[in-house]
Amino acid sequence: MQNHPVFIDNDPQSEYSTLNLGPTHPATHGVFQNVLQLDGERIVSGVSTIGYIHRAFEKIAEHRPFYQITPLTDRLNYCSSPINNMGWHMTVEKLLGIQTPKRVDYLRIIIMELARISDHIICNGVLGVDTGAFTGFLYMMEHRESIYEIYEEICGSRLTTNIGRIGGFERNFNTIAFAKLRKFLKDFPVALKEFEALFNRNRIFIDRTKDVAAVTAEDALSYSWSGPLLRAAGVDYDVRAMNPYSSYEDFDFDVPVGTNGDVYNRFLVRNEEMWQSIRLIEQALVKLEKEPSHIFHADVPEFYLPPKEEVYNNMEALIYHFKIVMGEIDTPVTEVYHSVEGANGELGFYLVNDGGRAPYRLHFRRPSFINYQMYAPMSRGMLLSDAIINMSSLNIIAGELDA
Amino acid sequence: MGKISNEELLSKIDAQFPGQLTSTGEPFGLLTLETGREHIIDILTWLKNDPVLQFIYLTDITAIHYPETEKPIGVIYHLHSLVNNVRVRIKVFLADGDTHIPTATTLWNGANWMERETYDLFGVIFDGHPDLRRILNVDDMTAFPMRREYPLEDPNRVDKKDYFFGR
Repeated sequence: MQNHPVFIDNDPQSEYSTLNLGPTHPATHGVFQNVLQLDGERIVSGVSTIGYIHRAFEKIAEHRPFYQITPLTDRLNYCSSPINNMGWHMTVEKLLGIQTPKRVDYLRIIIMELARISDHIICNGVLGVDTGAFTGFLYMMEHRESIYEIYEEICGSRLTTNIGRIGGFERNFNTIAFAKLRKFLKDFPVALKEFEALFNRNRIFIDRTKDVAAVTAEDALSYSWSGPLLRAAGVDYDVRAMNPYSSYEDFDFDVPVGTNGDVYNRFLVRNEEMWQSIRLIEQALVKLEKEPSHIFHADVPEFYLPPKEEVYNNMEALIYHFKIVMGEIDTPVTEVYHSVEGANGELGFYLVNDGGRAPYRLHFRRPSFINYQMYAPMSRGMLLSDAIINMSSLNIIAGELDA
Repeated sequence: MGKISNEELLSKIDAQFPGQLTSTGEPFGLLTLETGREHIIDILTWLKNDPVLQFIYLTDITAIHYPETEKPIGVIYHLHSLVNNVRVRIKVFLADGDTHIPTATTLWNGANWMERETYDLFGVIFDGHPDLRRILNVDDMTAFPMRREYPLEDPNRVDKKDYFFGR
């Protein structure tokens, strides 16, 4: 404990003051702590402490069959859990060599882009709140609610969704889901336009965010940043475009890129990504019309949990249900790395399989964890109030930070 | 996948570091190499700085534990060349009780927390790391919980043992 750097500065003669930001201060947006050494309002140095909600998911995953790991991924970035769920499903599908039908891919893209929107709504809305503008946040939160209602129609839950199965979805999208989706696509662009009108050219907002916490592309790459943060710094790395998964290659979308990586650029990149997500969902809806509407999962009975009615009435379904639940099906002995573009960046799954019931080793490449390590070094010399909005714009989600 | 094929990549690396790397296959198109800890930093430096390959992006550092083997702890690096869009995976296996490996923080700032996490969970000691402390677990923890021998829950419980399921 003695050499813990947090406790070094106990010198009563020190000219600096020490401020404990967190673990549960509202401005920290989660459970993590920053001990800052301040010279007046300016930060001299800082130490980040994380791990307050470490739940040992990687260890638990070594004791769970593949389909039971999905609920663990929910709790990584819980603002956009469907992306985590589907990223995990796609990793397992890659391992098992499952080809999903195009309709499943398009349905997944709809849900993943909705999740991206709901994540960016929170981040940009809260960035507004932290700069003193509450209105935009309220305009946008209404639409996060509509996204959650769409999830509810599809999987029954809202935040920790556990949506989908290995191979596709547990049930087909109903007409209410599509009606709600169309209503969302009609209403949300109006709200997003209003939101942008409130912020994008707002003098106060620009003064608070422009050139704050600017990051060069070299620094961003050296710190392995990914997602909107890296793109705001001017590097056009987007997993969806570079290594397309789930048929993203069939779609037409732009990857917005910033110039100097400051808070304002990150805000603009996230806003533009929401427009691109809307574009993707609209294209997916058009493409879905050409696909057979009864298909919602791949035909892989050895791995796709059959519906309960069939388990009770059909012997084969019962056998497969038993085999899947008891982990009786052989899987290839190999290793696989698969990554998806999460709302915060490259969300990677490194799975080492030994053919047993559970993964031999599963590692999550968590973008929040990797993005956050620059926070303390980059805060040096910054004003305390700037450090707060810098934190908001990094969009650190505690669940993804600690795993 | 990328602009450089795995064979090309492998022959380039082999020419630069003859006999120091062995290829252990390319599962799902991702070239996997194995090397010793005395070469790892040279190889990473060369991969990062080579003007053609440009593996400038460190995707991840993690580890794995195979308790039955001679060198049970494996440190695994995932690199990504954003220019060529090709990935490579490099593994270094370490003997138990001598889990020292040079740090990659000299090449990438981002390696800092990845190595701290690997140290915290597996007890891999990254020599030269500026601040090698536990990161997710409490500071006074003595075990390395991701090693296979560390139990997930009460070890006296038998109802969840694999042999009940024929494995």
